[in-house]
This record gives sequence, structure tokens and C-alpha cells, in this order.
Amino acid sequence: MATITPTPPTPTRSSMHLKTPSLPRWAPLLVIAIAVAASAMLGLLLGWGPVGIAVVAVVLYLVGVPLWSRLVEDGRRAKDRMMTGLVWTAFVLALIPLVTLIWKVVAEGLPQINAEFLTYSMRNVIGDQQGGIYHAIMGTLLVTAWAAIISIPVGIFCGIYLVEYGKTSRLARWITFLVDVMTGIPSIVAGLFAYALFVLFFGEGVRMGFGGSVALSLLMIPIVVRSTEEMLKLVPDELREASYALGVPKWRTVSKVVLPTAMSGIITGVTLAVARIIGETAPLLIIAGKTDGLNMNMFSEPVTTLPVFIYFSYTQPGLPPEAGQARAWGAALVLIVIVMALNLGARAIGKFFAPKKGR
Amino acid sequence: MAKSIDISDLDIYYGDFLAVEGVSMSVRARSVTAFIGPSGCGKSTLLRSLNRMHEVTPGARVDGKVVIDGQELYDPMIDPVEVRRQIGMVFQRPNPFPTMSIYENVLAGSRLNSRKLKKSEADDIVERSLKHANLWSEVKDRLGKPGMGLSGGQQQRLCIARAIAVEPQVLLMDEPCSALDPISTSAIEDLIHELKTDYTIVIVTHNMQQAARVSEDTAFFNLAGAGKPGRLIEFNPTKKIFSNPDEPATEAYISGRFG
Repeated sequence: MATITPTPPTPTRSSMHLKTPSLPRWAPLLVIAIAVAASAMLGLLLGWGPVGIAVVAVVLYLVGVPLWSRLVEDGRRAKDRMMTGLVWTAFVLALIPLVTLIWKVVAEGLPQINAEFLTYSMRNVIGDQQGGIYHAIMGTLLVTAWAAIISIPVGIFCGIYLVEYGKTSRLARWITFLVDVMTGIPSIVAGLFAYALFVLFFGEGVRMGFGGSVALSLLMIPIVVRSTEEMLKLVPDELREASYALGVPKWRTVSKVVLPTAMSGIITGVTLAVARIIGETAPLLIIAGKTDGLNMNMFSEPVTTLPVFIYFSYTQPGLPPEAGQARAWGAALVLIVIVMALNLGARAIGKFFAPKKGR
Repeated sequence: MAKSIDISDLDIYYGDFLAVEGVSMSVRARSVTAFIGPSGCGKSTLLRSLNRMHEVTPGARVDGKVVIDGQELYDPMIDPVEVRRQIGMVFQRPNPFPTMSIYENVLAGSRLNSRKLKKSEADDIVERSLKHANLWSEVKDRLGKPGMGLSGGQQQRLCIARAIAVEPQVLLMDEPCSALDPISTSAIEDLIHELKTDYTIVIVTHNMQQAARVSEDTAFFNLAGAGKPGRLIEFNPTKKIFSNPDEPATEAYISGRFG
């Protein structure tokens, strides 16, 4: 065996360059300021308008920062700064419609909101008298609640079957395929179907809130199934096996171990499904109909929901048209607030049910 | 209360694939039996077939006989749920239930089966099981905290406490220490020593020193090559396996000259 002698450090590799020149932290901000200023000056001289100025400023920034970085730093970091700039641009672009939408709805809707608007219906309201959307709020809540009552059990049990019992069986594959097809059903078709179904029982011209719920549940069930399925698939098999190994039967394993573990995700999925259907208009135009008064009975007579109310207030505002259109904006704001409240509620509930970590 | 297990001519399949072929052996009651062998030789598969966990895998099935306490395990009359109540299992990776506290995890076997327990009885079971698993002193002040908040070694001991809380006849352990540091490993080995007075224990391990330390009998499994079924090569008292094995293959594996 030869003894190993330590090799002396080779002189050619004596130094390591870990420090490289880099732009100061405020460099991007400086470039933004310069780009905006330059673009604004040019724009004012040549009369571009705000959109033109913004586009030119972005282009100037996306050219300027990588160029400066290339001169001072290296190619890799120039690319990095270029891509960072692009990502931020895309982010701001995506935010613009959202922010302007909320801004517009709040600006138009907020002046309409008062106690009477929220607690009175439109019965016997003529012209620019103060009307209310209480009937539409209750209609939306009731129709959506019934849709949820139908869809949540069906959807969750279907998801449980697909993940826990069906696995790879032919039936489960067919159900998955059909659920995918159902996800793509246009909502107006769901409305026509519900109408045709209820005509069979109640005759031509039937209008009732429950019919709307059936139409909406056709749209909601596939979403609940898919989200339940995905959440149950995330539950590790180790937990199921741990439960089996304690002599727990399968149905108890599913109901007491798998479902609670996946509960927060399932609740989030259900709420998103509710948020998705609460704004549906087309199917309800056909089957739930429209009324000016409050109707809490879902099983007879037409029911107005917020989207349908918005549609009619805006397209047939009456005289003077401003009053009806203003009510439409007010109702739109209320609808958005309801959807947001649902989302926040889902987050809170999801957090409450989420598996606890920490000591 | 501990029972012996007699295995005869056991073939285990995953679908059409024969994973373990022709195993015959008998596991003594109130002793520790270790399964050793290279990866893929079917140790874990055989272990899982001893409490009918094997059939949880889709397409998996078993030919042959496993007899516990005079009853044939794969008889159509046997209820697999009842089997698993009597034959507990500890898995390779600690898997406490994430939705439950430490206290609830220990009681999971009873609670999930909706067995009614008085508060005092429940407290009793929790304390006894956790003490048995050498975990009581570390967690007694935070029983209400989530089981997932414990360290890996503590989680594994929690899983052992959960398994022995239902007082099974047999305890199967599938590489219980492979994810643990030496201190936790040593704690679990001490625990195995204590448990064997009451339980029949079968342990799968990749650690030969561990097999030598904890077991009375050792079974060595091997497979002829990739895609071939695993076979039982030698089954003898641990002392004999590690000092003077009958089979040259066993000696080659134990001394590290494998393959």
C-alpha cells in the first residue's frame, strides 16, 4: 500500500472569484423613474396619451435594465433582470382588469347601497322611486342554497366512490369521463334541461326557484366531484394503512381518517363551486323566471336572483333609465360582496379544519 | 395472550407477478423474529401478508397457509378487519393521524371503532401505552397537541403506542427504525425487548446489527435476480445465523460479500 502524500495546492487555481460587480439595490427603481420621466416627456411632446406613455415606459425599462446590467454585471444576471421585468409586467397587466372592475362596480354601486335598498323589494316601484333588491338577495341565497344541498352530497359521495372504492374499475373510468364532459356543459343548456325536466311534471310555462337550483346543481356537481377527488388523492395511503392496521373497517377509515384529513380542501372546493354558480344568469332566466316581489317559496312561482335582476334592470330599466341602471350596479356590488364573503369564509373554515402542525 | 404463527408453502402475488415463493416457517410466540435480506426480496410483502394488509394493494393475492392460533388466516370465513385487530402493525415511515392530537392518536384504535370508553379508562390506556412506548415522560405535558408536531423518532414511538393500545396478539414491524437516528433506534430496540414478554413480534430490518441485537430467530430471504420471486433461504436461531449459518448465501450476505 502506498502512503498518500498531501498534494500541494496548484498555483493556477490559487484564487477564487466569489465577488462580482453588481448593480446597487435601487438600480431598478432608478431605471423605472428615468423610463417613466423620459416616456412622459416624449409622450407630452408628441401627444401619445397615458396608454402610449405606459407602454413606452415599460419598453424603455425592459431595454434599459438588462443593458445596464450587461455592462456592469454579466449575461446571466442581465437575463435574470430582463425576465423579472417581464414577470412584473405580466402581473400588472393581469391586475388591471381586476382592479378596474372592482373600482367601477364600487364607484357605481356604493352610492346605491342604503338600508332601504337592502331590505325592500321592487314591488310597486315605479320610475325613480327608491326600490330594493331584498327579493333578489333572498332569491340568490335560497336558489344557491338548494343547489348546494343537492350538489354537495352527490358530489362528495361521487368523489369518495371514485377514489376509495372505484379506483381503476371501468365504472369509475366512465364516471370520471362523464364528469369531465359535464364540466363543459354550457350553463344555458343546463337551464333548458331543467326546464324540460320540470315541464314533464308541472306542464308548460313552469317557473320555480327549485328548478333553477336543479339547473345550477348540474353545473356545480362536476366541480365538487373533481375537487373532492383531487383532495382525497392527496391523502397519503400510509394513513389508510395505519387505520386498517388498527382493525378499523374501510368505511370508518374513510369517514373518520380520510375525510377529516381532506376536509379543508374539500370545503374550499365546495365554496369555489358555490362562488362559480352564484353568478349564473342564463339558466335562471329560463327556469326561475323573474318577479318584482319577494318569493321565499322555492317550489312555486318565479324567483328573482341577483344576476337576473341585474340583467333586467340594465336591459329594461324603465323610465327614467338611470334609476334602473343604478340599481343594477348596486346589485352587482352586493353580488361581488357575497362572493367575496364566501371565499373569505371558505378560507377561515379551511384553516379551522386543516391538519394541525406545530407543538 | 401472544400467539405463534405457522406459515406453510406461501406464495404471494402482485397481479400475475410472483413476489414471494414457497415460504414455510413458524414464528414462535413471545419472541422476536427478524426478517433480513436484500431490497426487493419480499420481506415486507411477507410481513404484510401476515395481517392481511397485503390485499389492500389492488391485484395482490396469496396462495398457501398462514395459521395463527389454529385458525387459517386466508380462510374465506375469516374477517380481515378482525385479523388486523389482533395483529397490529408499525410501518416504516411514522404515520400519526394528522387531524388528531397525541392523546387521540394513541386512542385511535378504540375511537375509530367507536368503542365507548370512560374518561378514566381512556386516560389509563393512553398512559400505559405511552409508558410502554418510552414516550410518556416526553409528551405527558402536551397530550392535547397534534401528533405531527413530534420529532420523527417520537412520532414512530407514538405509532408503536397506538399499535399496542389495542392490545394485539402479534406486532408486525416493517423497518421501524429506518428513518430514525441512533438514539431513537436504541429507544425502540429497548422497547422491543420489553414488549416481547407480552407480544409475538416480527420485525423486518435492513440493519443486521439490529437483527442480531433484538431477535431470537432470524429468517434470511434472497432472490435469484431481478424479476424472480423472493425465497426463504434460511430460518434459524439468530445466534446460529450470525455465527455459523447453514447456507453459504446467508454467510455471504451477513459478511457483506453479497452477490
